[in-house]
Amino acid sequence: MVRLPYLTALTTLLSYGILFVFGQLRDLFRKFLDSSKSNDLQGYAPICLGLEDFYTRRLYLRIQDCFGRPISSAPDAWFDVVERYSNDNNKTLQRTEKTSKCLNLGAYNYLGFAAADEYCTPRVIQTLKEYSVSTCSVRVDGGTTKLHNELEELVARFVGKPAAILFGMGYVTNSAIIPALVSKGSLIISDSLNHNSIVNGARGSGATVRVFQHNSPSHLEDLLREQIAHGQPRTHRPWKKIVVIIEGIYSMEGELCNLPEIIAVCKKYKVYTYLDEAHSIGAVGKTGKGVCELLGVDPTDIDIMMGTFTKSFGSCGGYIAASKEIIQHLKQTCPAHLYATSMSPPAVQQVISALQVILGEDGTNRGAKKLAQIRENSNFFRSELQKMGFEVLGDNDSPVMPIMLYNPAKIPAFSRECLNQNVAVVTVAFPATPLLLARARICISAAHTREDLIKGLEVISKVGDLVGIKYFPVEPLKPQKVIELKKIE
Amino acid sequence: MASEIMNATANALVWISCTFDAPTRAVVFGVPIDGHLVVEVLLVVVILFQLTRKSYKPPKKPLSEKEIDELCDDWVPDPLTPQISEEMMVEPPTLESAAGPHAIVDGKEVVNFASANYLGLIGNENITDSCAGALEKYGVGSCGPRGFYGTIDVHLDCEAKIAKFLGTPDSILYSYGISTIFSVIPAFCKKGDIIVADEGVHWAVQNGLYLSRSTVVYFKHNDMKSLEATLEKVTSRSKHPEKVRRYIVSEAIYQNSGQIAPLDEIVRLKEKYRFRIILDESHSFGVLGNSGRGLAEYCGVPIEKIDIITAGMGNALATDGGFCTGSMRVVDHQRLSSSGYVFSASLPPYLASAAIAAVNYLEANSSVLSDLRANIATLLNELSNVPGLVVTSHLLSPIIFLKLKKSTGSDKTDMHLLDSIANQVLKEDSVLIVTTKRSNLDKCPLPIGLRLFVSASHSEADLLKAAASLKRVASLVLS
Repeated sequence: MVRLPYLTALTTLLSYGILFVFGQLRDLFRKFLDSSKSNDLQGYAPICLGLEDFYTRRLYLRIQDCFGRPISSAPDAWFDVVERYSNDNNKTLQRTEKTSKCLNLGAYNYLGFAAADEYCTPRVIQTLKEYSVSTCSVRVDGGTTKLHNELEELVARFVGKPAAILFGMGYVTNSAIIPALVSKGSLIISDSLNHNSIVNGARGSGATVRVFQHNSPSHLEDLLREQIAHGQPRTHRPWKKIVVIIEGIYSMEGELCNLPEIIAVCKKYKVYTYLDEAHSIGAVGKTGKGVCELLGVDPTDIDIMMGTFTKSFGSCGGYIAASKEIIQHLKQTCPAHLYATSMSPPAVQQVISALQVILGEDGTNRGAKKLAQIRENSNFFRSELQKMGFEVLGDNDSPVMPIMLYNPAKIPAFSRECLNQNVAVVTVAFPATPLLLARARICISAAHTREDLIKGLEVISKVGDLVGIKYFPVEPLKPQKVIELKKIE
Repeated sequence: MASEIMNATANALVWISCTFDAPTRAVVFGVPIDGHLVVEVLLVVVILFQLTRKSYKPPKKPLSEKEIDELCDDWVPDPLTPQISEEMMVEPPTLESAAGPHAIVDGKEVVNFASANYLGLIGNENITDSCAGALEKYGVGSCGPRGFYGTIDVHLDCEAKIAKFLGTPDSILYSYGISTIFSVIPAFCKKGDIIVADEGVHWAVQNGLYLSRSTVVYFKHNDMKSLEATLEKVTSRSKHPEKVRRYIVSEAIYQNSGQIAPLDEIVRLKEKYRFRIILDESHSFGVLGNSGRGLAEYCGVPIEKIDIITAGMGNALATDGGFCTGSMRVVDHQRLSSSGYVFSASLPPYLASAAIAAVNYLEANSSVLSDLRANIATLLNELSNVPGLVVTSHLLSPIIFLKLKKSTGSDKTDMHLLDSIANQVLKEDSVLIVTTKRSNLDKCPLPIGLRLFVSASHSEADLLKAAASLKRVASLVLS
């Protein structure tokens, strides 16, 4: 939970207020100075009217160099960040040829499969030569290869469900599956901090959508009781189906979801559950099987489990694992299966090889080592950051840790200072997070060694002092405690 | 007895009339206070008192906990998915090799007309080598969205290459073919805007139109008169042209029918009525035009007149992903407001390098386009007299679309007939063709049919074999 100090809230609001006022002044000047310039788009409405892109033009463009930094090597533990410069005050950015080697604390590379791997890459290149880059066809026509079938079986076995279906992109998985499962007359209850793909899918389905407070089973229960009792709005007919959508790890908070209690509530009221494990599959759990394994929930209790291959497996695409009937139904109706080009065969092979490494089926124990490494790394980093006095969100064992910044000026300050000292971090502000709660998000990987983490901690501590984000300094040990220790000895 | 009542009544009446006719006792503000005025004032007070009382409503009792418990116990949800019938258990053919013009399906070699491999780039040595290099250098995935270290230099090179090839200022890459159009449309069209779209657009466009929450009006498939009438109707009704954005959405080659949109006509109408065009060139990029630059080159329209062009790269360019191009304003706007770009991981770098290699190949060998055109012409010639089926696609479209001459009346039986034709063609003559499969979420009203995707690397023998096989099976099944 975020503990926002009052003074910080005030200063943040004041900063945004000043930025807003200056932005409006600039807009005013632009209206006067640009009205003389003729527009050849006479009679056309502009692409953005009025205040629609105010945030982009006046606030985001000032700190544009903190986002979208290009890299010129694989997103491994250390990578090359391309340097950019701007001649017109950050409105456009030009690439240079120079790169600087930085510690990667921002990319989703939880198990270290991002760069060329000794087991996966030769097999991927072999598949590339055999099956070529793409099948140019949809799955139902001529785009299903042996590899796709093999991967579907492997994913189903890994996750603990009877069957699975693959898609070429994680975002499309959510947006195209939810309309195929629910439609008008059904109810979707989703967590308030769910990802944009789930929101899009829910909106595109035509069902009624209600939101429950983040990670709160009691509010979910109240909402369910109220909705089932009252039925559909206006007609009060009973709902056809109710689906509750939650995520395994919330990427902006680093929190694990309260899975056992939410599943208990859902089973009591006979509603269906949909779990999005984009960030947790492969990254948490003793053998990498996700939040179900970590929190002790049986996968058969969850109706539909979804995940992506981008984060822990170093590939691209998504999957849905569920019972055989649901998967067969989806294969007939899901638009992403019927209309979209099938997943590229080398990417499929990468996931197969990564899963074999994690399960130990490649003959080594690299998988187990990676899983232990990421857990150790995450817990070490988080405890060290908390000791230094930063406000770090998230639960133990989660590889995502946001550090709160709050003030809009600290976002570029933190980002640029860290880059100067060769540490690449990701900063997130409005609209991905609430306005006052800007943060820097650290993603730990199994490819980071202890020395890398210690260097990262040093730099972050130095920059944190410079920028002033150590909001909760830990008090030094009082002398009485030292006397007690002496007594025991 | 009666007389006493009579007396009492008479006395009461006398008393009332005395009160009424009582002489003026007082004069207040020049108004003499007569007796009847007092009674009238009393009556008014009683009326006012009644008006201010609340009207009678039966009290509203909220549901008690016990009642809610009962309702929750009684509620029975529908099953998540309907029952699976026997015919839904059919599996698609499994490829065991690359999807080139000759592929191995279920153990035997077939002539493959199911891949949109228009330029024959599957299996091309240059592309495979550049991909292998990219895989060694960058790994497979890009591990992040574009805003957070997911931008790799090959992405920027690919965007610049495509923009240079088409002659536009800039372009933007998406990580999946169908997510391109359904992210672009909601980025530009908001609630209150007007979109005029062709009724035969495919599902991804329909989804984008639905997500944009704008007012959508459909016009008859590829019918310019209907488009003009719709534009006229829509503009005469709209009140604030300066505040409402208006778009025409169309595909260059419709994948549901194989028709080609007459772009010069559309551009003329767009300029007359002040609309913007969103054109989906997934199947025409790298196919139409003298050098493969798409529909604008084929129709002789300057590329600046088309506001937004999107295309999926899973067809002619034999890779995956999509791009969108237009003016600087159009492309820059998407970098922050297009959900499929901002909230999703970026395209894997080896696919971007495959796209660069494919565009280079196209620039260097534009003769492959004439090979493709010759193949299409040959096949169309051969298929002009198939019994029971008629070709409905355009002469230059690389998707050859055949529909039933006489439909049986129901979509399901049509589907059965077409499926049996396709299955027999595959089993007996080893030619892989496909039927159009529609999802139940798809609202396209165009008829279903058989599709053949022609490639520049099909040999003449392949085309003749496919045509002969189709004629034979069609006469068996449809007679």
